[in-house]
Amino acid sequence: MKNLNKALLSLLLTFLITFSSQGQDAEMADVMRSEGKIYVVVAIILLVLAGLILYLFLLDKKVTNLERMINEKRKTK
Amino acid sequence: MKTWIKILGVLLLFYAHIAGLLMEVPRLNIVNETIRATYFHVPMWFGMVFLFLMSLYYSILYLRKPSLELDIKAESFAHAGLAFGILGILTGMIWANYTWGSPWHGDPKQNGAAIATLVYLAYFVLRGSIDNMEQKARLSAVYNIFAFAAMIPLIFIIPRLTDSLHPGNGGNPGFNMYDLDSRMRLVLYPAIMGWFIIGYWMVSLRIKLSKQLDILLDLEDEKLK
Repeated sequence: MKNLNKALLSLLLTFLITFSSQGQDAEMADVMRSEGKIYVVVAIILLVLAGLILYLFLLDKKVTNLERMINEKRKTK
Repeated sequence: MKTWIKILGVLLLFYAHIAGLLMEVPRLNIVNETIRATYFHVPMWFGMVFLFLMSLYYSILYLRKPSLELDIKAESFAHAGLAFGILGILTGMIWANYTWGSPWHGDPKQNGAAIATLVYLAYFVLRGSIDNMEQKARLSAVYNIFAFAAMIPLIFIIPRLTDSLHPGNGGNPGFNMYDLDSRMRLVLYPAIMGWFIIGYWMVSLRIKLSKQLDILLDLEDEKLK
């Protein structure tokens, strides 16, 4: 029984190791990450995203104002 | 549209951009680090389908009970959906260039997406070619139903029936299409939700502007009388 358990356990471990190590040799940008330069890229992308979103917010405000103005004008007529 | 929804969408996008660049991803050959493009390329298509679905919904509502407002909504959703689709094709071309070897590979899904985009472009050609507002709205609503019915098989069915380089296609149907592991789902799904909200927000602005334009045209007509 103990031997069976051991055999099963080692089988399971072999599976785990083969699946977890699948493609481990694939080349990734590990150096860029370890140097921390990836944060520069993240910061730049986030700034552009934030800028565009802010622009959308301001545009939204402007359109809402326009909507309000036209509605008032229509009521006074 | 409620402000907190907009903020939620923005936060989801910020999270998706940060986690998409920093979190661990499966180490795969050929795609290597470009696997992260999944977080940015795939939400474009989800967004497109969502916006086209909303457009279809308003077109059907229009045909049941015609009103200018419903036509404006159907047109605005289709317009934003087309923008998402074009971005999806362009991002896909960049990705394909570095993983498949050329920007246009004649992949069934790529061709299908291109045809679907053309079908929706024709929607706007149709709208532009009719002067009478009611006729324009009715005909384009009918065409919109056809366009959606053509898009679904082009993007989701045909690529699965044939060989496709897209993951999860080519005789391997099911929703589990991107060989995603659970780590990638944690980023991809929020990214999709975020883009849904941003897309909806962009559409709501376009709807507002179109409505106001219509009111102005009415005011002009009254002046002339």
